[in-house]
Amino acid sequence: MLESLSVIKASLPYLLQGSLLTVGIVIGAMLFGLLLGLAGAVGLVYGNRLVQVVLDFYVWFFRGVPILVLLFLFYFGLFNYLGLNFTAFVSVIIILGMVTGAYQANIFRGAILSLPRGQFKAASALGMSDIQAIVTIILPQVLRISIPAWTNEFSIVLKDSALAFVIGAPEIMGRAQFIASRTYQHLAIYMTAGILYFFLTWIGVSALARLEKKIRIPGYSC
Amino acid sequence: MPQDVPVLSVKNITKSFSGVPILKGVSLELREGEIKILIGPSGGGKSTLLQCMNYLVAPDQGQIWLDGEEICITKKRDVYAYRRRVGMIFQDFNLFDHLTAIDNVAIALRKIKKISKKEALIRALKELEMVGLADKGHLYPAELSGGQKQRVAIARALAMDPEVLLLDEPTSALDPELIGEVIAVIRALANKGMTMILATHQIGLIRNLAHEILFMEQGLIVERGTPGELLSRGNPSRTQGFCDRLNELYDEN
Ligand SMILES: Nc1ncnc2c1ncn2[C@@H]1O[C@H](COP(=O)(O)OP(=O)(O)OP(=O)(O)O)[C@@H](O)[C@H]1O
Ligand SMILES: [Mg+2]
Repeated sequence: MLESLSVIKASLPYLLQGSLLTVGIVIGAMLFGLLLGLAGAVGLVYGNRLVQVVLDFYVWFFRGVPILVLLFLFYFGLFNYLGLNFTAFVSVIIILGMVTGAYQANIFRGAILSLPRGQFKAASALGMSDIQAIVTIILPQVLRISIPAWTNEFSIVLKDSALAFVIGAPEIMGRAQFIASRTYQHLAIYMTAGILYFFLTWIGVSALARLEKKIRIPGYSC
Repeated sequence: MPQDVPVLSVKNITKSFSGVPILKGVSLELREGEIKILIGPSGGGKSTLLQCMNYLVAPDQGQIWLDGEEICITKKRDVYAYRRRVGMIFQDFNLFDHLTAIDNVAIALRKIKKISKKEALIRALKELEMVGLADKGHLYPAELSGGQKQRVAIARALAMDPEVLLLDEPTSALDPELIGEVIAVIRALANKGMTMILATHQIGLIRNLAHEILFMEQGLIVERGTPGELLSRGNPSRTQGFCDRLNELYDEN
């Protein structure tokens, strides 16, 4: 017991450093996914047939293939094949970003479709271009409506980021596994890792809840 | 006083939706300061016509003339430029839900006319004053009554300095006690000489403003004339018959 405590104490700084990397992966992937998701949703709703087919394929592919397979496929396979020398960190951001981007595209697509059609019509009637209407009228409302679903997506990506250890990114899980295999304190170390993930989730979810409250529109149901 | 060149004229507009003809060749003219009312049974094509008149629905055929110039649409930018000159008011207001009343009015000035934020707000306030809502600028659409929302929508359209205003049943979604405030704004606009065409089922409210009534049925204007001509008692016109039935309906309620 005492030994466990001292191992935890000794390895905590090391694990905390790992959580910085985890945070970096999650922020990077979520922002990349946000861009992909917004662009994807706009294309799915307003794009022409070709755009829609391409985006449909993107969404189905990244929803249909396990993340573990994608990590191996891209990191050891495709990136190598293309001669791209991405670090494990960058690779994980790209892959998790593509995966969450597919889910976020669906979240935002649903939100766009849930807005009354009159919003776009009124913007058009004033003389806004389609892009102006989407950027100034549609997306600000879509982002607000989507925060709860986006918060869910955040907590999922945070936990998926633990998979990064399989390609050697030294985030929380990678470091926990490294220590555990040397000290044999599996219970203590993985418990600590679990608690770190839990806290990161809690911090992120609370921050997003606060954001949701802050930008809430008075009298608006969403 | 009406002048010679119409502000807006449409000629032989046709429109089909999936093969079903909805507009079968509609022509009309609006002279400066003129107010026309579109009435007729539901599904007759009034909304479709108004939306064709500002290209929210692209007509299949026909011409549109604004200020004596034929509108030629070859690219999307032409549509945008045209719509800036033609204001539209919708039955269900369509205020931007994420913006306050004053920002609803100011947003198009800023994004389309590229006016500075400060000047846009000054102009927006002026328009809100005109519709009697200068003190409500900070409220969001969800905090406004239906009548107030429609007045903000009118202010929003007016801020763009449109040459003509298309109103599609502007009071139909309102509780009876809120209709009056919107009619009052429309009346004030009429007195200022705004050119308007207005689709409505509530003809009694505005018949004394109209220069001409157009009765539309199955995609065609089947009758037109001044309110005096069409609505005089005992006139056998379709319009008179239709309005009588509407009146019966409203009296029953
Ligand atoms: N986008 C569309 N696609 C298919 N059909 C449509 C579309 N818009 C309108 N229609 C059809 O066109 C016809 C005319 O509709 P429109 O809304 O212009 O009538 P209206 O005279 O405004 O009726 P109301 O008095 O009920 O408002 C209706 O039969 C309607 O179903
Ligand atoms: Mg209609």
